[in-house]
Amino acid sequence: MSELRLVVNGEERRVPGPATLLDLLAHLSLDPRTVVVELNREIVRRPRLGETTLAEGDSVELVHFVGGG
Amino acid sequence: MTTTLAPAELVDTPLAIGGRTFRSRLMVGTGKYRTNQEMVQAIEASGAEIVTVAVRRVDLDRTREEGVLHHLSPERYFLLANTAGCYTADEAVRYARLAREAGFNDFVKLEVIGDRETLLPDTAGLLAATRELVKDGFTVLAYTSDDLVTALRLEEAGCAAVMPLASPIGSGLGLLNPYGIRTIKRRLGVPVIVDAGVGTASDACLTMEQGVDGILMNTALAEARDPIMMAWAMRHAVDAGRAAYLAGRMPRREVAVPSTPDRGMLG
Repeated sequence: MSELRLVVNGEERRVPGPATLLDLLAHLSLDPRTVVVELNREIVRRPRLGETTLAEGDSVELVHFVGGG
Repeated sequence: MTTTLAPAELVDTPLAIGGRTFRSRLMVGTGKYRTNQEMVQAIEASGAEIVTVAVRRVDLDRTREEGVLHHLSPERYFLLANTAGCYTADEAVRYARLAREAGFNDFVKLEVIGDRETLLPDTAGLLAATRELVKDGFTVLAYTSDDLVTALRLEEAGCAAVMPLASPIGSGLGLLNPYGIRTIKRRLGVPVIVDAGVGTASDACLTMEQGVDGILMNTALAEARDPIMMAWAMRHAVDAGRAAYLAGRMPRREVAVPSTPDRGMLG
C-alpha cells in the first residue's frame, strides 16, 4: 500500500493509495451527498467520484453551504 | 358595496424570478446569527421563502460546526447561493459553479466585490461574470450599486433580477438613495430586489414604498437584540411598504389642507 500526498482544502494530507475521490471522502468521514468536489480546479460530479483516481500532488477542494447573506 | 382593506397578498401578484414564483417579498440571509436555533426561528418568523447561503470549504477537522443545511431544510426553503467574498469575475464564476453542483437550483446571487472597506461591487467584474454565467445557463441575481446604467447593463446581459444596495453590506444605514432605487425600478423590466443596508423595519418599509419587488437582508436580523422579533417586524414592514406602494400615496404639499370642513362652523 503506497501513500498519496494531496493538497486538500489548502492543506497537505497523506492518504492511503491508490484511492479514488470517493475513497478520500470515506477516509475523511464525509458523506458524498453533502459536499461538492473540485479536483485540480475542475468540478467532479457525484456519480464520477468513485471512478476518479487520485494522483500524487492532486489538489482537492471539498466545499459545502454555510451561513451567508 | 364598499371596498374593504385587503392585505397586500390578496391584491398583489406573486414575485416571479427566473420562471419561479414566490409569495414572500422578503429574502433573508443565514450568516452571523448568535446561534443556529435563533437563525432558524428568525427565518421562520420572517416568512421568507428564499434564503441565501454561501459556499465555503468543509472544515476537515470538525472543530467548527456543520454546514447550514444541517439546520435548514432545502425542501422548505429555496436556497439562493451567493458568491460573497469573491473579488474577481473568475472567482465568482468558480463559486457559482460549485454552488450549482450542490444540486438544488441554478440560481446564484452574484457578488463581485471591488473594495474591502465598503464591500461595494466591482461593476465591470460583475458584468463579465454575469455574461459568463448566463451563457452557462445560470439564473443570475446580481448584487450591484444604486447606479442606473450598471443596472441597465446587467439586465441587457441577461440577469433574472437586479439587486441594488440600500447602503453598504452590514452597515444598517438604511435607504441612502431612494431616487436611485426608484429610477432603477422604473427603468428595468426584470425584478429589482434591494439587497443590503436595511437596518430596521422603517428602512424596509421605505424601501418597499419605492416600488421595488423585494428586499434581501441578513445583518438587520442577525444583529438585532432579538432577531426573531425583528424578523416579525421586517415581515410586516415589507408587507406594509408593498401595500402602501400599491395603494398609492397622497401628493406632498407645501401648505396645509384642512381635513375637517369649514362649513357648519358657528357664526
